[in-house]
Amino acid sequence: MMTQVWDTLPQVLIDGLTLGAIYAIIALGYTMVYGILELINFAHGEIFMAGAFIGTAVLIGLTGLGWVAVMPAIFVLLLVLVITGGLTGMLGMGIERLAYRPLRKASKLITLITAIGVSFLLQDIVRFITETQQNNYIVNTPSLFPGSLSISGLNIRYSFLVVIVVAILMMIALEFFVNRTKWGLAMRAVAQDQDTASLMSVNVNKVISVTFFVGSALGGATGVLFAIHYGTIDPYIGFILGLKAFTAAVLGGIGNIRGAMAGGMLLGLLEMFAAANLSAITAGVLSSEYKDVFAFAILILVLIFRPEGLFGRAAIEKV
Amino acid sequence: MKKILEQIRGNKWLQLGLLVGYIALTSLSLILAQRSVAAFLLLLLSFLLLYYTKLPNWSKWAIGLTIMFFILPFSAMQGPAYQEYMDVATLVGIYVSMALGLNIVVGMAGLLDLGFVAFFAVGAYTYGIFATAQASNFMPFGTYPLSGNSFWIFIIIGCFVAALFGVLLGIPVLRVKGDYLAIVTLGFGEIIRIVFNNMDQPVNITNGALGLSSIAPPKIFGIELLYSNQIYFVVLFILLFVIFAVRSLEHSKLGRSWKAVRENEIAAQAMGIPLVKTKLMAFAIGASFSGMMGVVFAAKQAFIDPTSFTMLQSINILVMVLLGGMGSVPGVILGAAVVTILNAQVLNELTMWFNSLSTAGIITLPDAMSPVKMQRFFFGALLILFALYRSKGLIPAKNVVYDKRKFLSEKGTKKRLQSVGAPKEDEHGNTGS
Repeated sequence: MMTQVWDTLPQVLIDGLTLGAIYAIIALGYTMVYGILELINFAHGEIFMAGAFIGTAVLIGLTGLGWVAVMPAIFVLLLVLVITGGLTGMLGMGIERLAYRPLRKASKLITLITAIGVSFLLQDIVRFITETQQNNYIVNTPSLFPGSLSISGLNIRYSFLVVIVVAILMMIALEFFVNRTKWGLAMRAVAQDQDTASLMSVNVNKVISVTFFVGSALGGATGVLFAIHYGTIDPYIGFILGLKAFTAAVLGGIGNIRGAMAGGMLLGLLEMFAAANLSAITAGVLSSEYKDVFAFAILILVLIFRPEGLFGRAAIEKV
Repeated sequence: MKKILEQIRGNKWLQLGLLVGYIALTSLSLILAQRSVAAFLLLLLSFLLLYYTKLPNWSKWAIGLTIMFFILPFSAMQGPAYQEYMDVATLVGIYVSMALGLNIVVGMAGLLDLGFVAFFAVGAYTYGIFATAQASNFMPFGTYPLSGNSFWIFIIIGCFVAALFGVLLGIPVLRVKGDYLAIVTLGFGEIIRIVFNNMDQPVNITNGALGLSSIAPPKIFGIELLYSNQIYFVVLFILLFVIFAVRSLEHSKLGRSWKAVRENEIAAQAMGIPLVKTKLMAFAIGASFSGMMGVVFAAKQAFIDPTSFTMLQSINILVMVLLGGMGSVPGVILGAAVVTILNAQVLNELTMWFNSLSTAGIITLPDAMSPVKMQRFFFGALLILFALYRSKGLIPAKNVVYDKRKFLSEKGTKKRLQSVGAPKEDEHGNTGS
């Protein structure tokens, strides 16, 4: 049993890192919005899904134009990422404007309900558009980086390297944006105290819009990475993936950007490990299907024993 | 026109006459035009009209019960669509009780639960496993399937098992609030579904994704209740019990504690409300209604599998509560009825209508846009619209408030009370009942 675990470990690490990187960037979107509005943007998983679909559509369009054949794959990827990021960013801003801003003073329950509404709406709109295009809502993304490296029995796909590198670049860019730019400063100020920030001539609404734009653009771009690496997408991927990314954000301490990254990576690794070895370890009692149960169990345990997350600081409740 | 409306508003007897006329008319049209869904829906609408009349409560109940027990089954009975109508009516009953259960958790106690269908699943599987040969895989004693006579006991067992699961969910959840609670309950719902989906190994308990089929129908006095019109009456009795329980809970000490916790947890705690007990009771009681109806659902469908208990179902029930008005019992009943009828009948009818239109070549609707498939779209839109423009729902909850002016005008009573030595505060506490 242990030898099997040991033998599969390198592959599990690679797959886990890929998944973890994807969780980490989606978790960033949750964390940014939560940090600033104390609101769980339930629709974020759907923005990720929309990103995957938009990216695929752009990629198919570019292939049709013949650009993919002549351009280096990395430029095509950049182009797709920028277009998708822009569009999903706008989508996120629109959602905030329509469904969250009118309710900023309302109770949390109501905002959460609109968020669920938005995510249902997005799922069905995407399903509807894809189904009218091709009679089926499951889409295959053309592969941009085919082939793989083989190092002593270990299978490393090129798209794995791309996902990891792009994900790390996006995280570094976000860190830079939040910590070193004027907008980042404004965002941190609004996160601290909206009223005081507005007294210091910070346009709170605009800052919140920008936050949604950045978070959603990252989410959408992650969708593209997901589509390119895994190859098949459907309108319902966003929900469960979003939930797990949220788990990652909680695991790392919600509102904490570095925590979200670490939480995502950790969750991805744990999940892949569970998927590969759960049935071996428990001698067939639990199948690998239980990996989702595993993720939620982690969420519940973290919320009970360390609600501030692994890297967060405990908040003091004001009465 | 205005004058007539004024007169109707003022005159109880006129209201009663109009209502009886309306019921007679719609039930007659249902008898005459059996295939007409509109007539059926209009007859159901009479419950809403009944709610808005100014009749005394007992007569409202009497009329309502007469419609439910006699007029509705009788007028639907005359034609081929009988079972179909009764099926819809049964589903309405099932969902109304579930929505009332969720209303306790969300509307009264303010704990947003997004995995409510899990309790329904627990109830359904409790009966399903024992009413099929499935139980013989892991139960060394007894012969399975149990006969339909056990159904009646299983209603109570399902109730308790679901309540137990409610408490189990409640214990870890007590420490989290608001959005976190929503996510945790959502995760719980998914866990239950995944577990039911995979409990076919190493011991086959739930038969996995294949589901349980040919579940024994309920049996009473040797008669098997096979058809929807028979199950309808079972559901009706349980529903009446649930409504009675919810209404008496709402104004009990527990009901007030729930509302206090909803409004402000910390203040409620400071006033001596045991937070843990109150929240756990909300989860347990809410879940128990759902579990009971799960048993009925399993017996009615005779087939259950994990796909009937998805996240969409949980949202479905939440939409009912929100649409009707969180915390308002009549509102939730209305919301559940509207959403269930929309799902079970109106969307199907619309789809069939569009299909017939497209075969006739009048308009062609792409298959992707058929109303049945657009369910999520409708729900999403409904959730957003109601949250934005009518967050209190169709029939908002009425909280009986302490009326200071009325209290002061009864000063004489107050003085008398004081002279007897009764504390003033009693008056505050009891004004709501």
